[in-house]
Amino acid sequence: MTEKNNSQIAPVHTGPTVLVVDDEQDFVETLVKRLERRGFKVEGVGSGQEALLMLGKSSFDVVILDVMMPGMDGIETLREIKLAWPKTQVILLSGHGGEEMGMRGMAYGAYSYLLKPVSLKIVVETAHMAFEEGGFR
Amino acid sequence: MRGVKNMSIFGLKDLGTKIAITALCFSLIPLIGLGVTMYSMFASAYHSKVRANLITLAENKRQGIDLFLREQVSQLRTIAHSHSVEDLASQEKLDNILATMQLGSRTFIDLGLINEEGMHVSYSGPYNLSQANYKNEDWFNQVMVRKIYVSDVFEGFRGFPHMIIAVKKQERGRVWILRATIDSDIFDSLVRWLQIGDGGDAYLVNRAGDLQTRPRFGNKSKDIYASFLGSPFSGAKATEFESQKKKIFVGGIWLEQKDWLLVIEEDMRGELQPLFETQAATWAVVGSGIAFIIIGTLLISRMIVVQQERSNREQAQLNEELIQSSKMAALGKLAAGVAHEVNNPLAVIREKAGWMRDLLEEEDVKASPNFMEFEDAVNKIEQHVERAGNVVHRMLGFARRMEPVCNDLYINDVIKQTTAFLDNEIRFRNIELVWNLAPDLPTIQSDASQIQQVILNLFNNAIDAIDRNGHITVTTGFEPESEMVSISLRDDGPGMDKDVQTRIFDPFFTTKKVGEGTGLGLSISYSIINKLGGSIRFESEVGLGTEFVIHLPVKHHDRKE
Repeated sequence: MTEKNNSQIAPVHTGPTVLVVDDEQDFVETLVKRLERRGFKVEGVGSGQEALLMLGKSSFDVVILDVMMPGMDGIETLREIKLAWPKTQVILLSGHGGEEMGMRGMAYGAYSYLLKPVSLKIVVETAHMAFEEGGFR
Repeated sequence: MRGVKNMSIFGLKDLGTKIAITALCFSLIPLIGLGVTMYSMFASAYHSKVRANLITLAENKRQGIDLFLREQVSQLRTIAHSHSVEDLASQEKLDNILATMQLGSRTFIDLGLINEEGMHVSYSGPYNLSQANYKNEDWFNQVMVRKIYVSDVFEGFRGFPHMIIAVKKQERGRVWILRATIDSDIFDSLVRWLQIGDGGDAYLVNRAGDLQTRPRFGNKSKDIYASFLGSPFSGAKATEFESQKKKIFVGGIWLEQKDWLLVIEEDMRGELQPLFETQAATWAVVGSGIAFIIIGTLLISRMIVVQQERSNREQAQLNEELIQSSKMAALGKLAAGVAHEVNNPLAVIREKAGWMRDLLEEEDVKASPNFMEFEDAVNKIEQHVERAGNVVHRMLGFARRMEPVCNDLYINDVIKQTTAFLDNEIRFRNIELVWNLAPDLPTIQSDASQIQQVILNLFNNAIDAIDRNGHITVTTGFEPESEMVSISLRDDGPGMDKDVQTRIFDPFFTTKKVGEGTGLGLSISYSIINKLGGSIRFESEVGLGTEFVIHLPVKHHDRKE
């Protein structure tokens, strides 16, 4: 767990734009701050509906999406996103686990599937890879 | 488990007894009833048949005796009327007449002519009765009144039992009496003729109950025929008489010619011999029937009990498996729920700690005197979040219903590869691995990594059990009839007591120190092997060690649940 090297950089949004979707407010808040610190332009929302609204307002390169949410769950949100913004990459994040859920997510076009609690380093790496493969450059 | 088994066997013993008793009641009672009814009906029918025979016999015999008496009387009458008094009074002629009468049969012993005064005018016969005067004899008076007289047996002047027939003859205004004596031997034998059976008898008694003929077996008790005495009745009667010595049928009928009672005895034992034989046969049939039924019932109830025992045992085994798998399913759900609830806070904690770490990178914080303390605290938080996350992920791994990946495996290689992980540990603890691998094992279709996980688990447990200085014996084999490959892992550790044995597959049950074991190893192993279509069982004895045996199918069959 070494994340020291890129931490001196002040939040300058040069990297990909990221939307964090999770019903856990503290998690969203902290993840947003930490990703911003690593050069991403980040927004955070608390539900699938808000995510879709946010995507409607401005475009994002990568969406980090919690699977288990009250109301519209992650898989549903993923399908909506992939229908409306097929180029947006989605990384699923779940505390529930289960290969099955991961497979379903991948089948609906998610880029990757990560298990909570996950180290930020992996999130950052995955987000970069997703962005690069997404062909936004 | 043992208690339940004993209880069910007790219950079954009860069941066997109940079945046997019920079946015996329902088959024996009708059988015995049938035997008794048939026998008693046959017995009463046979009794009345014997009585009827006796009555017929008595009637026939009475006719014979009556005929005999009538003949003798009429013969004497013919003589009295066909000869003149002069002829009869002449000794020579009288001798001739008696000789003629005796030509046919020697029924008559003597013949005499008696005058009104009761004195013999003439007499032909063996006795010397010329001086006898019958004037005051009862029979003399009777014949004077009735013309014909047949006497009872009496001794008279001869001092010898005899019976006489007398007829009155009137000639030239005077009265004569022709008197003849009947040979009592011939009469006796006439009466006794046609006895039935060895113990049968026939004789005559007069109204007073005195014997008139000699019975075959002397000394007759009056009680035998007492019920027939009194006023004469028509037809024959039959009754049964029982003395200390024997039981007899008694038939009685009154003669027509004389007020004598003909008594016929028949030995009941002789007469009823066929009945006794029937009785013996009936009991033999009923007895062997009972024996057959008892043997059959016991066999059937035994078979039922054995069958029931087997199915109970199978049921218990099935139940155990069901309980185990439902435990697993419940735990799976629980684990998934817990994982979700725990992972989210863990993620937040992790991010918060990460954020703190990020902030620690700031220059001003780095200058703080407590910087090292902060960094250490953050490190510790991250470390323990990691640990908690691992536990939850292991739980999830257990709960996950992964479809096994199937590959062709050579199980000996899988085991060897697995133990490679443990080489150092084994050497360090001075444990000797004893290999006993079958060289000709077939390859099996199964999931290598899952099998490795199970084997690793079992090895870990064995090593922990032994602790130091011991042996682990690994044996593999192939069972062609069930198409199963077997893997056995035996340690010479301390073994497990019964209480531990019943719980080792339970999730979260562990005998290891807190923090060393999750208590999920064997329970996960159980569910993995189950999913791979195999079985896992163990034997353990305190002080001797524990052996785990895994069976895996050569061909993979999905276990549908």
